[in-house]
Amino acid sequence: MAHGAGGKASRRLIEGLFAPILFGSSAGPLGDAAHIQINGTQIAITTDSFVVKPLRFPGGSIGELAINGTVNDLAVSGAKAEAVVVTYVLEAGLPTHILEAEVRAMADAAEKAGVTIAGGDTKVVEHGKADRMYITTTGIGRLLPGVEISPQSVQPGDKVLLSGPIGDHGITILLARGDLDLEADLSSDTRSVLPLVQALVCEAGAGVRWMRDPTRGGVATSLNELARDCGHGIVLCEDKIPIRDYVRGACELLGLDPLHIANEGQFLAIVSSEHAESALKTLRATPGGEEAEMIGQVCEQPAGAVLVTTLYGGTRLVDMLVGDPLPRIC
Amino acid sequence: MKFVDEFRSPQLIAKTGEEIRRLADPKRHYRIMEVCGGHTHAIYRFGLKDLLPSNVELIHGPGCPVCVLPMGRIDDGLSLAAEPNFIFAAFGDMMRVPGTQGSPLEYKARGMDVRIVYSPADALKLARSNPEKHVMFFAIGFETTAPSTALTLMRAKAEGLRNFSVFCNHVTIIPAIRAILDSPDMRLDGFVGPGHVSTVIGCRPYDWIAKDEGKPVVVSGFEPLDILQSIVMLLRQLRSGKAKVENQYKRVVLWEGNRAALRAMAEVFELRPYFEWRGLGFISQSALKIRASYAEWDSEQRFSVPGVRVTDPKAAQCGEVLKGVLKPAQCKLFGRECTPEQPVGALMVSSEGSSAAYFNYEHRKPLLPKSGSANRKSKWHMEPAAKRAAD
Repeated sequence: MAHGAGGKASRRLIEGLFAPILFGSSAGPLGDAAHIQINGTQIAITTDSFVVKPLRFPGGSIGELAINGTVNDLAVSGAKAEAVVVTYVLEAGLPTHILEAEVRAMADAAEKAGVTIAGGDTKVVEHGKADRMYITTTGIGRLLPGVEISPQSVQPGDKVLLSGPIGDHGITILLARGDLDLEADLSSDTRSVLPLVQALVCEAGAGVRWMRDPTRGGVATSLNELARDCGHGIVLCEDKIPIRDYVRGACELLGLDPLHIANEGQFLAIVSSEHAESALKTLRATPGGEEAEMIGQVCEQPAGAVLVTTLYGGTRLVDMLVGDPLPRIC
Repeated sequence: MKFVDEFRSPQLIAKTGEEIRRLADPKRHYRIMEVCGGHTHAIYRFGLKDLLPSNVELIHGPGCPVCVLPMGRIDDGLSLAAEPNFIFAAFGDMMRVPGTQGSPLEYKARGMDVRIVYSPADALKLARSNPEKHVMFFAIGFETTAPSTALTLMRAKAEGLRNFSVFCNHVTIIPAIRAILDSPDMRLDGFVGPGHVSTVIGCRPYDWIAKDEGKPVVVSGFEPLDILQSIVMLLRQLRSGKAKVENQYKRVVLWEGNRAALRAMAEVFELRPYFEWRGLGFISQSALKIRASYAEWDSEQRFSVPGVRVTDPKAAQCGEVLKGVLKPAQCKLFGRECTPEQPVGALMVSSEGSSAAYFNYEHRKPLLPKSGSANRKSKWHMEPAAKRAAD
């Protein structure tokens, strides 16, 4: 299961098995979408599967995630989603109204994100062979002009921007599963981040070096991957990282680190220092980006790792997530 | 009052850090043990070590229940749960702890019914809603979690719920502290006493440490300010040459402890003659066993348990780290054979284990210069000297 949790094991699976066999090399950095050229036109393509449980949760549902997740993967690779195709894997016996609700959720999310659902496929498997429904979406997008995203372009001195508060989605899902006797007025942050990405790229252009939506594995995992890929260190300022009280409280209670919790409607951007202030201002002036923050910067040290300076001037390392985040009790 | 932010105030913490530097005699080296794994975790997570002068050294104690659990116990528990129609329920803390054939999570991946619960009462709920299955709660923890296991067993007995049992691994903190103090290579100046355990047992059980051993004990909370204030209180005692038990965590810990919790424990548990601790070996009267009157709900009395003994890999030096003889990174396996993902030794197993905490939060950190002031918020750029040192 750890291989699917987005942390170290996932990366090992990709680098150790998929990449060498499928691409012939394990060295290339892992992006959110692939860029390919067809007849001289650069397009971005990505695919993602959604297996969330429960299917519906405060603030969203699997259908919405399936659209937003793919739109966001394209957005943070510097592309505007144009079309997606959808595959449903359904467990026999799934009530029609549940399926219908998710199809409608997808249509709504696609309309909001300005993307066309161009086609799809449905498979039904025996009862007990799948957990109600899984959705896979594959999207293609056109590259936004004037932006080139790559971890190699990241330089010491660049700033780390975050589009808004972290952990809302992961904690919402944890609570929605109902195993915990905890309640909080919290909802998933699932949304398209494309408008924010467009505003940022429009303002900072080539000053935007790298972007990522910190989904499974959270901010810590995304930034550790960047640190490894670019060879520099990332130093975060703990008091700048926006976290809602509910999320912080739940994390305190359960012994989880908010930096490891999944997000579905936020993104991280590395922006050159000369563009950083104006980029932050632009993000904050864009609807949905009011809570954006500059949370840290790229440094030479610790090379390949992420360091957090705590409120008191102490420091700690933040590693990638290992497996799923597990609550600590005793 | 939010009970968290107040204890994380950067101004108060800076002030307390200054007080520590004022009180610490530069001619002396202080070795203070924080007994509890929760303290160890907080010290690393908040970077508190960076705020202490270099002659105030924190030694990480044995108070991480997951770390000190011998591998054989995990094998025993998992072998029972391999029976058909068994549900293995445990805290999330246990899920990645390896037995010889894998951790509970790995057993789950192979098809065993393994559930994460947040309290023993949740395991009891599982038993009620799965009457055709047997639910075994794999109980771990010090006196912190033992009362809730006891109350759950009392409830199971009252309800006559036959498809529920507890595999009891509860341990007690005092014998472990005694074992550490008795160790010949040990030299400690005082203890940051356990917070959560003391909410149950109170402060009295530590009296002998002050009276007989002459070491001060300050029972401490878990927020950064709690821990630093406890260090201030210890240094004051050391300065005055007195040794007594003090309670810093008054907002939670009563001097007498929690009588209702102690009663429940006495009703359900008795002391085992001896119990094995990972890294420390056998310690007499250091663990709890379920009384005969609750035999029906005791997995060990009800089912036949193989009683597996697994010796820790010789190369793992957890015992030395536990006693403060070695620093985590000085262990031969640290960070190579032994990592949080693939732990070999006890202290790498849980995020509260000192080796895991050190690995996660500390060991690749660049060497920042120790500064006199706690206010280092602006220090994002590293000084050239520090850069060279880190290279």
